[in-house]
Amino acid sequence: MAVTVSVPTILRTHTGGEKSVDASGSTVAEVIEDLDTRHSGIKGRLVKDGSLHRFINVYVNDEDVRFAGGLEAAVHDGDNVTILPAVAGGCAPAREWETVL
Amino acid sequence: MLMIRRDLVDAMVGHARRDHPDEACGVVAGPVGSDRPERLIEMANAERSPTFYRFDATEQLRVWRAMDAADEEPAVIYHSHTATEAYPSRTDISYASQPDAHYVLVSTRDPDSHELRSYRIIDGEVTEEPVEVVESYMFSHNGADDVPDAP
Repeated sequence: MAVTVSVPTILRTHTGGEKSVDASGSTVAEVIEDLDTRHSGIKGRLVKDGSLHRFINVYVNDEDVRFAGGLEAAVHDGDNVTILPAVAGGCAPAREWETVL
Repeated sequence: MLMIRRDLVDAMVGHARRDHPDEACGVVAGPVGSDRPERLIEMANAERSPTFYRFDATEQLRVWRAMDAADEEPAVIYHSHTATEAYPSRTDISYASQPDAHYVLVSTRDPDSHELRSYRIIDGEVTEEPVEVVESYMFSHNGADDVPDAP
């Protein structure tokens, strides 16, 4: 399955500055494996301990893969896989927050 | 330095006040490379929490695509702290992934006055920067296309 992968700014060091690259695979995991063969190191930025890194959102077309099987989410010929850094944070983890008070 | 229009500051503070005691979050888009925040987008805090925020992933995709289509980038990423000072927490720092963005924090812990501060967060290193609030970008010397060259 040939897909197009949209790469966010912070990961373009792995793609020679390219915003969009081609890859193949029938699941998100396979697409990431394939990407890593040509864009070394990108897998380590996306996957941790066998699942998607919590700092990263991955979408197949318009769907967040966290709700579609995560790394096992299916991809089809012509799909667009989009990677975006999650935007998150907060004043402190709950336990620390209590000690601040 | 972050130079930002007063109406955008008022909108961020208003959003933070409205969502208090939960953390509010959003983005101000600007033309790519301009470093000029122009279009404020309030984002849903998917966590609805007083101690954590996360952009809703589906909404983020839609907003990021719209920015892409308009040749914009996130000039400012803002969120509120509702019980602590406007300084990035360890969680904020570990998630910060936009080296070109100004990370703005608004603290609403004091009901009568807010605190608004801005930071760059690059590779885990936090640098506070001054904030200059302007009425308009037209007369500020901020960008080649704003001020015509002297004849």
